[in-house]
Amino acid sequence: MKLSPDETIFWQHGFITINLTIVTTWAIMLILVAVSVLITRKLKTGIHISRWQCILEMLITFMNDQIKEVGLNHPEEYIGFIGTLFLFIGTANICIILPWYEAPTGSLSTTAALAISVFMAVPFFGIMKSGLPGYLKSYLKPTFIMLPFNLISEISRTLALAVRLFGNIMSGGMIVAILLSITPLIFPIVMKALGLLTGMVQAYIFSILATVYIAGAVEGARKSEKTKAITTK
Amino acid sequence: MKINWFTVIAQIINFFVLVWLLRRFLYKPVLKAIDERENKIASQLKDAQAKETEAKKEQVEFLKKNEKFDQQKKKLMDNVIAETNEEREKLLEGARNEAAALRSKLEKSLNAIQENLEHDIAQKTQNEVFAITRKTLKDLASMSLEEQSVNIFVGHLKESKNEEKKKLIEAFRTGSNSILVQTAYDLPPKQQTEIKSTVNEILGTKPQFQFKTVPELIGGIELTSNGYKLAWSISEYLSSIQKSISETLKAELEEEPKKMPDANDKEKQEPKAKQKVQVKTKAKIKLIPKGKDMKASKSKPKVKSVTSK
Repeated sequence: MKLSPDETIFWQHGFITINLTIVTTWAIMLILVAVSVLITRKLKTGIHISRWQCILEMLITFMNDQIKEVGLNHPEEYIGFIGTLFLFIGTANICIILPWYEAPTGSLSTTAALAISVFMAVPFFGIMKSGLPGYLKSYLKPTFIMLPFNLISEISRTLALAVRLFGNIMSGGMIVAILLSITPLIFPIVMKALGLLTGMVQAYIFSILATVYIAGAVEGARKSEKTKAITTK
Repeated sequence: MKINWFTVIAQIINFFVLVWLLRRFLYKPVLKAIDERENKIASQLKDAQAKETEAKKEQVEFLKKNEKFDQQKKKLMDNVIAETNEEREKLLEGARNEAAALRSKLEKSLNAIQENLEHDIAQKTQNEVFAITRKTLKDLASMSLEEQSVNIFVGHLKESKNEEKKKLIEAFRTGSNSILVQTAYDLPPKQQTEIKSTVNEILGTKPQFQFKTVPELIGGIELTSNGYKLAWSISEYLSSIQKSISETLKAELEEEPKKMPDANDKEKQEPKAKQKVQVKTKAKIKLIPKGKDMKASKSKPKVKSVTSK
């Protein structure tokens, strides 16, 4: 029994491996981009808009609002990263209703990749906002004694992100697979429905946590800036 | 449950490519569209608000104009009414004046008619009376009318009161010594001497006598001396009749203007007035034969009285 879509390998040449995870990811990317292009191609700026545009706008406005609620004041700067996280994970998890589909988020490699992306994005946005010294200083808050703990928390939360998503999605797929062997009718459908819900919740949690981490970095940098400004005054 | 590091790297790359693609094809256009739409709606709302304020302003202006227009209209109407009233007054005044002019004209014409009538009546009365008198006198006496007249005159002189006699004497004394005796016909010498002797008797002197024939007297005799006049003539009687007739006519005509309608509704009643006047003239014309009769009856007793005297 395969636990991860990584184990389904289509082509391998030394280190380079094209497995089901990568292929499914490409497919999802293609769908997302194609849908975006199709809808945004006919965007209207008038009062009457198409239903697809309306759905898209609702989605993006919702994401913007969420980012803002967390504490990032210019959501349009972060929506590219956070929104893509949510859309990718959400789409990947929704697609579990398709038969023979295996979510790429059920692979620890993918979730690790996403967690590493967040791990990279947090200092990126922090440095972009307040420069490298300002960002690095945030690791010494409240005192330099906290530096190792801050570093540990940075790494552990990345690990937690990766494992949480992987565990949830993989477990969902596992449960369905196990239930199929026990009660092949009806019950797996219920579990699939539940899987859809957990999938969406996980997508939301993953994006929100990423936002919180980024917001923490940006906020910490801003605070240090503020104190700096006050002391210079 | 192994981590395939190649897959991890590939997925990281995949993810960032997806981030770039979605930024390029999804977030940017959609956010732009949202912003544009919001701006558009905001501008439209602004426009609507501006239009509303403008409309309100225009409404206020319109109301003001309307009020102004109403006021002007009222003013014009008042002016027109005032002008109309003035014009009406003018027209009425004109009509009144015209009516007054017509009335005065009517009065004048009535007066003229009256005068004519009077003249006619006088003429006819004179003729009638004279004819009747002459005829009566002829019928009654064998003497001629002139002789009778002189006789009556002489009788008058003799019977006249002392005051009158004194007046005659005074008049004679203050003026020239001549006495003018006027008769309608030539007096025969016998009668002339009779007059002379009677006058001489009254005056006590012998004045110069001047005998003159005046046909206007019709019949009778007049004795004039220095402003004093003693007369007995048919002309006198006729003039008294004429006086009485003209007085009657005058009284009748004076009553008429009182009956005349007011000048204001003159136009309406003018035909009526005309009718009345016509009726009146008719009546007057009718009066003539009456007057004739009356004169005849009036003159007869006078003549009678004369004859009796």
